[in-house]
Amino acid sequence: MELLSGGEMLIRALHDEGVELMFGYPGGAALHIYDAIFNQDKVDHILVRHEQAATHAADGYARATGKPGVVLVTSGPGATNAITGIATAFMDSIPMVVISGQVDSSLIGSDAFQETDMVGVSRPIVKHSFMVQKAEDIPAVVKKAFYIATTGRPGPVVIDVPKDVTDPARKFEYRYPESVKMRSYSVPAKGHTGQIKKAVEILLAAKRPVIYAGGGVIQGNGSELLTRLAQTLGFPITNTLMGLGAYPATDKQFLGMLGMHGTYEANMAMHFSDVVLGIGVRFDDRVTNAVNKFCPGAKILHVDIDPASISKTVAADVPIVGSVTSVLEEMLELIGSADARVDSKSLELWWQQIEGWRAKQCLKVKSAEGETIKPQQAVQSVYKATRGEAYVSSDVGQHQMFAAQYYHFDKPRRWINSGGLGTMGFGFPAAIGVQLAYPDAISVCITGEGSIQMCIQELATCLQYGLPIKIVCLNNQALGMVKQWQDMQYGGRHSHSTYSESLPDFIKLVEAYGHVGMRIEKLSELDSKMEQAFALKDKLVFIDVAVDQAEHVYPMAIKGGSMKDMWLSKTERT
Amino acid sequence: MRHIISILLENEPGALSRVVGLFSQRNYNIESLTVAPTEDHTLSRLTITTIGDDRKIEQITKHLNKLIDVVKLVDLTEGSHIERELMLIKVKATGAQRAEIKRTTDIFRGQIVDVTSTVYSIQLTGTSDKLDSFIAALGNAAVLEVARTGVTGISRGEKVLSL
Repeated sequence: MELLSGGEMLIRALHDEGVELMFGYPGGAALHIYDAIFNQDKVDHILVRHEQAATHAADGYARATGKPGVVLVTSGPGATNAITGIATAFMDSIPMVVISGQVDSSLIGSDAFQETDMVGVSRPIVKHSFMVQKAEDIPAVVKKAFYIATTGRPGPVVIDVPKDVTDPARKFEYRYPESVKMRSYSVPAKGHTGQIKKAVEILLAAKRPVIYAGGGVIQGNGSELLTRLAQTLGFPITNTLMGLGAYPATDKQFLGMLGMHGTYEANMAMHFSDVVLGIGVRFDDRVTNAVNKFCPGAKILHVDIDPASISKTVAADVPIVGSVTSVLEEMLELIGSADARVDSKSLELWWQQIEGWRAKQCLKVKSAEGETIKPQQAVQSVYKATRGEAYVSSDVGQHQMFAAQYYHFDKPRRWINSGGLGTMGFGFPAAIGVQLAYPDAISVCITGEGSIQMCIQELATCLQYGLPIKIVCLNNQALGMVKQWQDMQYGGRHSHSTYSESLPDFIKLVEAYGHVGMRIEKLSELDSKMEQAFALKDKLVFIDVAVDQAEHVYPMAIKGGSMKDMWLSKTERT
Repeated sequence: MRHIISILLENEPGALSRVVGLFSQRNYNIESLTVAPTEDHTLSRLTITTIGDDRKIEQITKHLNKLIDVVKLVDLTEGSHIERELMLIKVKATGAQRAEIKRTTDIFRGQIVDVTSTVYSIQLTGTSDKLDSFIAALGNAAVLEVARTGVTGISRGEKVLSL
């Protein structure tokens, strides 16, 4: 048997777990581990410029591939800088393992240099955490950490490693465990057959059904089955912000996104439905609007792998706890063998009603005067230039909603955004993770001039690793979503949401980092310049698009109302 | 409504803080909490009393079950159960009050476990209500100090909380 130090065991265990890539930033408490990385070539390490970016990049990698993202940071500030990224992954149930260095065991609790109680600080935003007590435990801890992070409802797991545990002078016998057994952790596998039968009966009898599918379908690799189910039944389907791509957006059964900035037809269909089949969703407040007015006439069927998600905000009439794939498979089987058929007469009437709502064309873009570019047009231009084939990451704000509304995702894992936590600064590092996972794919970050400045230092990382990401900055010279709320609810008082006089020259900035910058100011040049930018296949291009500063995102839910209550423009409401 | 949730918890560092953290993080209320190792030294038994409607309690138990360190739990108040709390109370006992306090202690089947010329230390076990009633029954006797363990409990009959 091989003798390895704690640091070596850690890296070897990652390799044995199938990890190919990790993101990190070195520092004192992690130096033994970094030395172990130097002496091997099985696990690649990407050096970022800020630990927050390491977690976002690992997160983007995980969302695009379905594999866990891996992060290595040092103690103290390294660990606390990683917190925002861990919280982001936690809210969106992304599998991630974060290894943080810690001061020597003997110094813990003494306020030593760069000491932070990482297990304590991260506790509310992790699925679980470990503090390694002795080097011999490392293989088992790593095995457990990956098992917990990737099974059930996925999530981030922290492994805090005191420096003395990784001491290169102390060697131990290394053996990576083949399986893991934990008496206190079990993964719900199949849904309850009786409940699934009940759900199928209700679905087949439905007159005005809607399928409401979310990020759980993508995380659970259930998109194909979901598509089959929706098409077998012929039901209308809507996706949450996290679920975009779970069902092909260009298909005629797709109603678009629902919720606060969802389409008129998706929100109306939800409100007037008699059966809602929620799959891998959590009835988030950004979807439901006022819970007591939510879908008043609907029976709620709710499928989720996390029992705590069920009946948390909206009580489920038929709760089904299980993996989306197992439940969808069973549903399809039952539908195939059932004597009953869908109520096609009622369904036809329902579709007529929905087509009526669709005819409103709530997302139709009205061109501005002259050469002014609407932000929606910029997203449409990206869609055209990439033939709808790109991996699109976004930051948070108006540009995020425009991207969600106007880039039509036909495949899962193509839309990478921070839906739950709403983390500005997420998009660019996430695009790094995507590009490293798929070097030949188009990795676009749709961002704003506000968000991009929160992790802009990663331009250096892209130069170091030659990552040809395309950054499309919808530049409206303001924190657009904040400004929109201030316009709508605070009498137009733009408190600290504008900074046009102090914006950097992004073109010079990206050039200083060794990349290409391009500015688009005229509508007539939008598509041609966008094509040009995407034609530079081996270069990072920052495309700074000057967009209409007064534009708002619509539809927008009216606070305190039901799902049918929306602003459709600055002057029109339902 | 008041609920008593008994939990078998991995006897690991940080496990207790995860349980307590969950309550504050999700804005649940802890009325009392007791914890000690069980006959199996790898497990601790934790008893939490909390207040909430059925929906809240359902969320609490679901979220507790999600914690990796929680091995098993039961809401004791769902069935018939025995609950006990221990109180040590120090009261000023001088003059005529000495006899009166002794009598009250006997009525409540408590024990005086330490005596000085002016102070009784009394030990009392029972439901939380009984302990409250005892304090009330002491009337105008000066209570100097109260130490209560919080509620612990067990189901009646054959039902057991074990692995």
